Amino acid sequence: MSDLFSKFDPVIQQRDELLGAGYTDPFSLVMEKVESPTVAICNGKRTILLGTYNYMGMTFDPDVVAAGKQALDDFGSGTTGSRVLNGTYVGHKAVEQALMDFYAMDHAMVFSTGYQANLGVISTIAGKEDYIVLDIDSHASIYDGCALGNAQIVPFRHNDVEALEKRLKRIPEGAGKLVVLEGVYSMLGDVAPLKEMVRISKENGAMVLVDEAHSMGFIGEHGRGVAEAQGVMDDVDFIIGTFSKSVGTVGGFCVSNHPKFEILRLVCRPYVFTASLPPSVVATAATSIRKLMNSADKRAHLWENSKRLHAGLRQLGFTLGTDTPQSAIIAVIMPDLEKGAAMWEALLNEGLYVNLARPPATPANMTLLRCSLCALHTEDQVGEILGMFAAAGRATGCIS
Amino acid sequence: MSDRQETYAKTVELIAPFNKKGVAITEATRFAQDLEWDSLTVLDFVANVEDEFDVLISMNMQAEIETVGQLVDALERLKA
Repeated sequence: MSDLFSKFDPVIQQRDELLGAGYTDPFSLVMEKVESPTVAICNGKRTILLGTYNYMGMTFDPDVVAAGKQALDDFGSGTTGSRVLNGTYVGHKAVEQALMDFYAMDHAMVFSTGYQANLGVISTIAGKEDYIVLDIDSHASIYDGCALGNAQIVPFRHNDVEALEKRLKRIPEGAGKLVVLEGVYSMLGDVAPLKEMVRISKENGAMVLVDEAHSMGFIGEHGRGVAEAQGVMDDVDFIIGTFSKSVGTVGGFCVSNHPKFEILRLVCRPYVFTASLPPSVVATAATSIRKLMNSADKRAHLWENSKRLHAGLRQLGFTLGTDTPQSAIIAVIMPDLEKGAAMWEALLNEGLYVNLARPPATPANMTLLRCSLCALHTEDQVGEILGMFAAAGRATGCIS
Repeated sequence: MSDRQETYAKTVELIAPFNKKGVAITEATRFAQDLEWDSLTVLDFVANVEDEFDVLISMNMQAEIETVGQLVDALERLKA
């Protein structure tokens, strides 16, 4: 009998080597207690959280928590059903209304996760004769959405406007076209040139879907994302987002002005064939989204944090994913996986949690220490974080 | 030279800058196993081929192409 698991041997071997070398497993950290959006207890130690995507720090907001508790009391712990059967409560309609208000769009559809939102929308709207043109560095959920559907998939070089245009022009006359972009790319924290890309897509008759998972709540005047910041909201056909970052809970969504959008509720399998979000989750999400509409001060403070950490890390001698701070993600490029694991562990020992990102999730086989800032990180905490990077960097020989 | 021969010659020329190990190229050379290309190399190479022949090679098509000969055949079909 052939073992179906032998295909995983290279991954098992890589993992064994890393752990055999004495490093703490970077992918099995347990948080014993979470004190706030920026502090948790890990291995009995107070740890500053710098890798949670909790950009706006809404997870412990008193109004958000109260709304969740109330919904638990009023509606119970779960819906046990699909949105199209018994799984739509008033809370699900309320969070969709909050999204329509937040984005000033006509339609909103909530999925059980952000992953499912991409999976569902992309696989459903692009059919067999259609073409999906996407950035090569797109998130796994976008690729999986492509794989679930039957469209022709055409990737182009990351953020390369000319490469996108060339490919659009080569698509056969009359074929349906969907261009899939992200506002902020989560690995390096860089922003897409949406203004040019959306214009070129429209000139070539394509519909445009933008995943704004990492920009919602933070980028743009109203926190609507990179499309808002670059003034192209009206030309974007679909915005995909998540509740698991700035909103501070779990869930995904798509907002759109397409007049036939609502039909997706009946034809989109990852929407239909799964249970809807629990009432407490949609209640916390709706409360959080409405508060994010009026969070200009927090947005300004988050930008300050991002700028300061970016400048400070550069000054210490680290190589960063972007030349300028473009989002709330700052990626520190490590020379290799072993050094990355050593640095990750040294930071954890200092009392700092960041994400270790490694191939194949990363572009160009890079090993990254990915930092995501929170609007609730204080000035003092950012100072502390820089001190920890300095100490861990020197201890591991990453900086001199 | 026949049209296919020309396409083959051009394809071999486009492979050269990415042939870091200096593998001798034949119709049977496999991109993944013999040339050991990763996904980024494939993207760059495919982009050059697309530009040279003014065609579109989707990922769905790429999944069916393992060897240099299969790529040349695909290009012949796409140009037709």
